[in-house]
Amino acid sequence: MKTTKLREHVTSVGDCVWEISPDAKAGMRVPARIYASRALLDQMDEGVFEQVSNVACLPGIVGAALCMPDGHWGYGFPIGGVAAFRADSGVISPGGIGFDINCGMRLIRTGLTEDAVRPRLSELVGALFAAVPSGVGARGFVHLSERDFERVMLEGAAWCVSHEYGWPEDLDRAEGRGGLAGADPAHVSARAMARGMDQLGTLGSGNHYLEIQVVPPGGIHDARAARAFGVEAPGQVMVMLHCGSRGFGHQIATDYLRLFDQVMKRDGIAVRDRELGCAPFSSAEGRAYFGAMTAAANTAFANRQLITHRVREVFARVFGRSARELGLSVVYDVCHNTAKLERHVVDGTPRDLIVHRKGATRAFGPGAVDLPDAYREVGQPVIIGGSMETGSALLVGTARAMAETWGSTAHGAGRTMSRAEARRRVGGETLIKDMAARGIVVRAASKAGIAEEAGFAYKDLRAVVDVLERLDISRRVISLTPIGNVKG
Amino acid sequence: MGQFRFVEEVALADCAVDVEGRDLGDLFETAAAALVRLMVDPATVPQTLERAVRLEAEALDLLLYDWISELIFLKDRDGEVFPRCQVRVGGDGPFQLTAELRGGAIDPERTALGADPKAVTFHQFRLEPVEGAGWRARLVIDI
Repeated sequence: MKTTKLREHVTSVGDCVWEISPDAKAGMRVPARIYASRALLDQMDEGVFEQVSNVACLPGIVGAALCMPDGHWGYGFPIGGVAAFRADSGVISPGGIGFDINCGMRLIRTGLTEDAVRPRLSELVGALFAAVPSGVGARGFVHLSERDFERVMLEGAAWCVSHEYGWPEDLDRAEGRGGLAGADPAHVSARAMARGMDQLGTLGSGNHYLEIQVVPPGGIHDARAARAFGVEAPGQVMVMLHCGSRGFGHQIATDYLRLFDQVMKRDGIAVRDRELGCAPFSSAEGRAYFGAMTAAANTAFANRQLITHRVREVFARVFGRSARELGLSVVYDVCHNTAKLERHVVDGTPRDLIVHRKGATRAFGPGAVDLPDAYREVGQPVIIGGSMETGSALLVGTARAMAETWGSTAHGAGRTMSRAEARRRVGGETLIKDMAARGIVVRAASKAGIAEEAGFAYKDLRAVVDVLERLDISRRVISLTPIGNVKG
Repeated sequence: MGQFRFVEEVALADCAVDVEGRDLGDLFETAAAALVRLMVDPATVPQTLERAVRLEAEALDLLLYDWISELIFLKDRDGEVFPRCQVRVGGDGPFQLTAELRGGAIDPERTALGADPKAVTFHQFRLEPVEGAGWRARLVIDI
């Protein structure tokens, strides 16, 4: 990769805004824009600049190819990549969504305080680890017929609620009410069905987790928004989920990347990275992928809903009160690996765009149509997962994000270190003991996997969020500190 | 068997691996071994199951893509991994693969788990002959 040369083409165009101009690489149709402080920019690996400028070459791209401050080298798009394509003449690319379709975050509040939870924390984390299957080969607890699984593809979290795996109000607290329009099971392969049907309600591995968190002292930064989201005071205990569509989504992405590899040859579409395989959104193949991808997105909402059900069962059992009495309400559920058909203003004209977010979170501002009434005045909750050691954050979307980033923001802290380097620096058992000494109880299916997720392998989340606030594309509402973690 | 080496400087959150084999069959077997090593400690997997796989693809590199995708698929559908395999690759377009796999079911009580691969990507994906003899490939596995 000619990465050094591209880094040299990065120029400042505003506070925390950097660009690579279209003349830096043959084929770029628009600039590549990176949102970062100088320090975060310097931390970004060379692949980020190569990949975001590759995205700028894709047909039908509008505005600029964007990379959020948590960006790092991925495959196809960088992680943290955002790009919008004209629905009438642009493309859709699995490489701009990722294999884990609708990987996303869900935040659940509780009416419990840290003081009430601490004495039962080990028992609670152990019970969650037992109740929510994780790791390689894990099987879910809901076993469906193919016909029922098709209903899940179409309905998402609503299927779970109608089968008593959730509360009706959970649906109000999710992007797209936990079920996106456009899912089409007819375009899902039998292999995807066979691979994913038994995995509903499983966590996965890698950086996926189920975490018990607490609002730390001084951790409420926007009291009005916090109140709207049901966060009352420091010490309140929250539960955060990070997972996606599991093998079902992975197989759909695999199937369509393979198909698009051939479609591009047929249609004479050239891309700078084969992983950016794409098809015109309006083509039969493009529409088929959109239908299958949306089906996977809806199963991911269902997956997080089923895990929520298990979380509620476990809390009720451990604390001897019902989940409703314990106040286990969903704050929000938001995707960070999707492509969605959205209407945005382009040069003063509303246009239908297919907005790709890969490791980037939707961050709609106040007044957005898709928000529940309770949040419409303050904006959409944005759930940012940090590392399991250093904490996470709840932000809120802004009007500025709508104008600047297609209503998008960061999704996490972003890695700065390879998994192997993290394993060399700390052993899984050692890390678990160290974290226990600091009051964080961890249960993990893979000891090697836990070492890979050590806090030092990630950027400083505060530095990432500082940039988001300086850009005004989202604002801090609360900080969250981990006290218990279940990992795959 | 050939050799594999995990490459750290590519795609930080995922896993890149360079694979070499003395011939195509050897390369495909070695790539499978690298994938298994990523998922589990192979010594903790019982070798009690035998499976046969047949694949056909229009290009050699797509046959490798399909092969790794098939092994990831079997891990999810059946909960099985295969530390041993014997692979034959033939044809001149389309290309065929036949493989005999030996391994077993993942048992969370006995199997030392590693990563849970989602897919093989096309990022930096390549399969090419080595000058003189043999083949090499690069795979970036999304984990």
